[in-house]
Amino acid sequence: MMNEFTDAGHAAWRLVVSLDPTLAEIVYRSLMVSVIAVGLSALVGFAVGALLAVARFPGRKFVVVLMNAGMGMPPVVIGLVVYLLLSRSGPFGGLGLLFTPTAMIIAQSLLVFPIICSLSRQVIEDLLEEYAEQFRSFDLGVGQVLRTLLWEGRFRLLTALLAGFGRAIAEVGAVLIVGGNIAHVTRVMTTAIALETARGDLALALGLGLILITTAFAVNAAAYLIRDYAERHAA
Amino acid sequence: MTMSRFIRPLLVLLLAINFLSSAHAEAEFITLASTTSTQASGFFDYFLPLAQAKTGVEVRVIAVGTGQALKIGEKGDCDALLIHDRPGEMKFVNAGFGVDRRELMYNDFVFVGPKADPAGIKDNHDAAAVLHAIGAIKANFVSRADDSGTHRAEMRLWDAAHVDARAASGSWYKELGAGMGATLNTAAALDAYTLADRATWLTFKNRGDLELLAEGDPRLFNQYSAILVNPRRHPHVKFEAAKKFVDFLTSAEGQQLIGAYKVADTVLFVPNYDRSKP
Amino acid sequence: MRPEYFPTDVGILPLAVRSLGLRLDSADLLTDISFELAAGSPTVLLGANGAGKTLLLKLCHGLLRPSTGEIRWTGVDAANATGRQAMVFQRPVLLRRSVAANIDYALATRGTPRAERRSRVAQVLDETGLTPLAKRPARVLSGGEQQRLALARAWALTPEVLFMDEPTANLDPAATRSVENLIRHIAAAGTKIMLSTHDLAQAQRLAGEVLFLHRGQLVERGDAQKFFTEPASDAGRAFVRGELWW
Repeated sequence: MMNEFTDAGHAAWRLVVSLDPTLAEIVYRSLMVSVIAVGLSALVGFAVGALLAVARFPGRKFVVVLMNAGMGMPPVVIGLVVYLLLSRSGPFGGLGLLFTPTAMIIAQSLLVFPIICSLSRQVIEDLLEEYAEQFRSFDLGVGQVLRTLLWEGRFRLLTALLAGFGRAIAEVGAVLIVGGNIAHVTRVMTTAIALETARGDLALALGLGLILITTAFAVNAAAYLIRDYAERHAA
Repeated sequence: MTMSRFIRPLLVLLLAINFLSSAHAEAEFITLASTTSTQASGFFDYFLPLAQAKTGVEVRVIAVGTGQALKIGEKGDCDALLIHDRPGEMKFVNAGFGVDRRELMYNDFVFVGPKADPAGIKDNHDAAAVLHAIGAIKANFVSRADDSGTHRAEMRLWDAAHVDARAASGSWYKELGAGMGATLNTAAALDAYTLADRATWLTFKNRGDLELLAEGDPRLFNQYSAILVNPRRHPHVKFEAAKKFVDFLTSAEGQQLIGAYKVADTVLFVPNYDRSKP
Repeated sequence: MRPEYFPTDVGILPLAVRSLGLRLDSADLLTDISFELAAGSPTVLLGANGAGKTLLLKLCHGLLRPSTGEIRWTGVDAANATGRQAMVFQRPVLLRRSVAANIDYALATRGTPRAERRSRVAQVLDETGLTPLAKRPARVLSGGEQQRLALARAWALTPEVLFMDEPTANLDPAATRSVENLIRHIAAAGTKIMLSTHDLAQAQRLAGEVLFLHRGQLVERGDAQKFFTEPASDAGRAFVRGELWW
């Protein structure tokens, strides 16, 4: 067993030092897909999350619970739903998006949306509790309140973004189904790991896993440093 | 009203991203639904670049079990299939989903199991007898159970052996619902017997205590065929490009290339396209 | 500054409070309070903790709705009352941005054009002695600095009336002094101040008029000097003697 881990370390090291172009391509694609997916989710998720925190309407609690439950949605289920929607025989088949990176972006966006939405709602709700009276004293409209809270919560919202990114970059179930793990087209780190596992090349699979973990770590560390710096020097 | 106002810009954005992300892939491409064995064995890595150089057609492979590949074809989500389950293929063609089925190449299934071989199947050339022996001592057997070509072949062999393995599912007979590689990983971990296609077995690295124990029964013959998705059923399919690719597979040059692919000095797929057969 | 911003004949004052009552969860927190808040020197709302001072301020500012009675701005410009008053809370609520940006934000909420904002921010920072802190993140200032910023931010809006709820309750004597100086400066510049405190000495330093609140009722109101020398009620006497703790 120890053998497997040392072999994995060697495999990962070899891939990295040789600047393996296939690996670079896969890492790049993984990042692109997940970053765009998280960006799209954030675009909508922050707004919806803030709205859920601020607005009171019938069914709000239901939506809040739905979003919280959605945080644990199994990726395969989302993958299957997106697959059926994008299939040529499905409602959006005409777009021809199945087995493309775009399909993977859609699936990951749906996967990440409840996370970003729920976490940002929590952040905004906490902030609102602190600011509510001051805002009413300023006589702000809903739009102003939302914009102010999103900006005030920017550092904590970055954490929500990271949570979403972590889930997106690490999941395999959804992208495997809607992307198809096509070499040079839709193969990302996680599906490559699945393939190498199927080939019984556990060392290479684990090596890719190490690179995935390192990538995720690097992104988190960068975000942490930015956040730390910005919090201390917030202009 | 409000929904579409939200969705439309998102859709436009997505299509823009899609356009940008696919801008590099200007070559004509087709989507081929195929089996895990052809991919895991490295065959496609070898063959597809050669085919593209010759035909100009880029082939994007979705490697799944044969059952799922047929589903993808039924929905029109691929342009061609390269699979190995004759009964399923015939049904697919007869139902009008596919056209122009051509038998391309074959390999065979092999029985793999622990070196200790508790069921004593080593060198037994009768596949039914092998399974009977395994069933008789209730030796661990892992099945792919994923409706793949290999799984369908395995089920036919249990029938031939008159053993109702599925009745023992969960005890000595373990249904995984997984691809060939995952199944071999499990067999290695459990010291279990399994039925594998030779190509995947030969390229499989995590063998543990497993070795090839029994082979050679004609019933273990494993025929691979190509089918084009019926353009009358699914008008959007890239029929001409897909046909170009399959034409190359069945051309003298393509057949020669198939036969030249070796792993560990063993030919993985034996070309057997017969022009005279329909 | 006063003539520029508040010509007296177009203000929102006076504020008429009549038979005001506030009832929450079947507890009478404020009962039958009537008074009139007019322009002039600071009005200090005095009373022990729990007397209802904060609630009364919030009612006047419009953050709470009364259960009974009415609160009405009766000046010529009463229709614009919301935009011409501001409030500073006991615990300053500052935004997570720089000192200058906090003031700039408040001005922006009132639709002040960007160019005008810049000069106004500089002016307010200068008058409140906050210029050296202009670029510092607001949330890391000391308690006294934070409260001064909250005051400066409210003042930047050139309110006609400024409500303050125990603005120095959490501050040390030095910080309290600097905040009080600022309050005097703001009052002198023409803003009507209504400030609550439980601190008799502070009331004596700042008040022109006193409203003495005891257990949710307005027990005394009138000239500050008169209240401190000869309070008319038992509760007032006890409070001035320092015997009344609640």
